[in-house]
Amino acid sequence: MDFLRPASWEEALAAKAEHPTAVPIAGGTDVMVEINFDHRRPEYLLDLNRIGDLEEWEVGAESVRLGASVPYTKIMENLRGELPGLALASHTVASPQIRNRGGVGGNLGTASPAGDAHPALLAAGAEVEVESVRGSRLIPIDEFYTGVKRNALAADELIRAVRIKKADGPQQYSKVGTRNAMVIAVCAFGLALHPETRTVRTGIGSAAPTPVRAKVAEEFLNAALEEGGFWDNGKIITPSVAKQFADLCAGACNPIDDVRGTASYRRHAVGVMARRTLTWTWESYRGTAARTEGVA
Amino acid sequence: MRVSFTVNGRPQEADDVWEGESLLYVLRERLGLPGSKNACEQGECGSCTVRLDGVPVCSCLVAAGQVEGREVVTVEGLADFAKQRAERGGCASGACGTSLQDAQGWAAQGQDSQTGEGAELSPVQQAFIDAGAVQCGFCTPGLLVAADEMLERNPNPSDADIREALSGNLCRCTGYETIMDAVRLAAARQGEVV
Ligand SMILES: Cc1cc2nc3c(=O)[nH]c(=O)nc-3n(C[C@H](O)[C@H](O)[C@H](O)COP(=O)(O)OP(=O)(O)OC[C@H]3O[C@@H](n4cnc5c(N)ncnc54)[C@H](O)[C@@H]3O)c2cc1C
Ligand code: FES
Ligand code: FES
Repeated sequence: MDFLRPASWEEALAAKAEHPTAVPIAGGTDVMVEINFDHRRPEYLLDLNRIGDLEEWEVGAESVRLGASVPYTKIMENLRGELPGLALASHTVASPQIRNRGGVGGNLGTASPAGDAHPALLAAGAEVEVESVRGSRLIPIDEFYTGVKRNALAADELIRAVRIKKADGPQQYSKVGTRNAMVIAVCAFGLALHPETRTVRTGIGSAAPTPVRAKVAEEFLNAALEEGGFWDNGKIITPSVAKQFADLCAGACNPIDDVRGTASYRRHAVGVMARRTLTWTWESYRGTAARTEGVA
Repeated sequence: MRVSFTVNGRPQEADDVWEGESLLYVLRERLGLPGSKNACEQGECGSCTVRLDGVPVCSCLVAAGQVEGREVVTVEGLADFAKQRAERGGCASGACGTSLQDAQGWAAQGQDSQTGEGAELSPVQQAFIDAGAVQCGFCTPGLLVAADEMLERNPNPSDADIREALSGNLCRCTGYETIMDAVRLAAARQGEVV
């Protein structure tokens, strides 16, 4: 094994081009487990810890450019306002020690269907900024996950950052597990209201081979909210609409039975989380809508 | 490969390190610092917790090569580390964490950072003993490092804060109540001193 230690982003891209089998290591919270247990013996480890740019983030007008190695702890501490869904999801990851090291770049690199960042990214809307010596490209988050623990990265590419839409409305994240800490999701659900475009986006974790959006459910809800004038009148969402939305979210799952839970439990739980997160975010939207009206 | 880094304020070198080796292995097997415990090697138990540039991490999940040039504090150095911090007035002076300056100042004290011998106990260590929070002791080093860091950031923690800060540390013996007592005790004593 060789340990490659690039001091800059350019050096890292050059090293990855020269050694496409090199395994990048950021926080190491996935990579080191595999090495400790002899599940993986890479020829090259490519350490990204020296590249300071990857630990920085920029808040722009529309989106946040989140460096690939920004640890979850920093997201929770600094980006709760801009990225509430991702901040909530980050807080559910493992433990303080893991959150101090692990980040979204590693979560995307592993691309586990159970990764907690994914539902939040899908719901918020995001693009993954990847780069190689050949150039840089933006991969829409919907196209990033290509299979179980597979992603759209080419062998010579590295993740530079994730560009995540800044929240324009309430967001929620919900996760089922056996305790509050140190739990890989049995299943998880992210939901974001986008009042500016009058749309709702979702993300489902651990209930299909890849993280997925519940697109049919989104379309149904968008139409129902529009039709009923809900975005303007701020009324409570009709229970039948919420139920239909929840059923469609459950229907978007393609889960398996495994040690953490059965397929039918996962489908059921996703429906419950969909209804709850919709209710929570909508209550919060109505609250702000009512306040603005009161002021005017 | 060779890895050079600062351990408990003193420069150290480890030789013949295998590229896939963890920081935990280097500390225990190459530097003779067995305080950090190896229980799971997969980030689940927290018994290997150390501070890396001031931040609590599972040393079993840090690749040895990643610590080149960086600073590590282990449970063996905790007593001196806490003493240094107290002498500088804690966070108020901006000397929070393991800054290079802190580390250098600390190294000048001439206490044996390798074994911790000759050093007084840190307030958190003393509180764990006084509260009876140590049974088999295997989880204790990780809990001490994590609890000490929390009290540095948050001198007045609620029970929820303590549970959250220690949620990455497993204990199979105590049932956690005496550990909660110990951290509350350390916080209360810290409050009295100020
Ligand atoms: C005890 C424990 C509990 C956990 N609990 C959770 C949990 O609750 N939720 C959850 O989602 N995850 C959990 N994880 C998994 C892990 O912490 C996350 O996936 C984390 O986001 C990984 O980030 P990292 O920086 O540590 O990744 P690393 O281990 O450094 O890398 C992970 C993968 O991404 C690749 N990679 C890293 N950076 C880049 C880059 N810039 N470009 C291209 N590829 C890259 C690596 O090559 C590797 O394949 C847990 C892990 C442990 C050990
Ligand atoms: S040995 Fe590192 S967390 Fe258990
Ligand atoms: S005292 Fe034995 S594991 Fe905690």
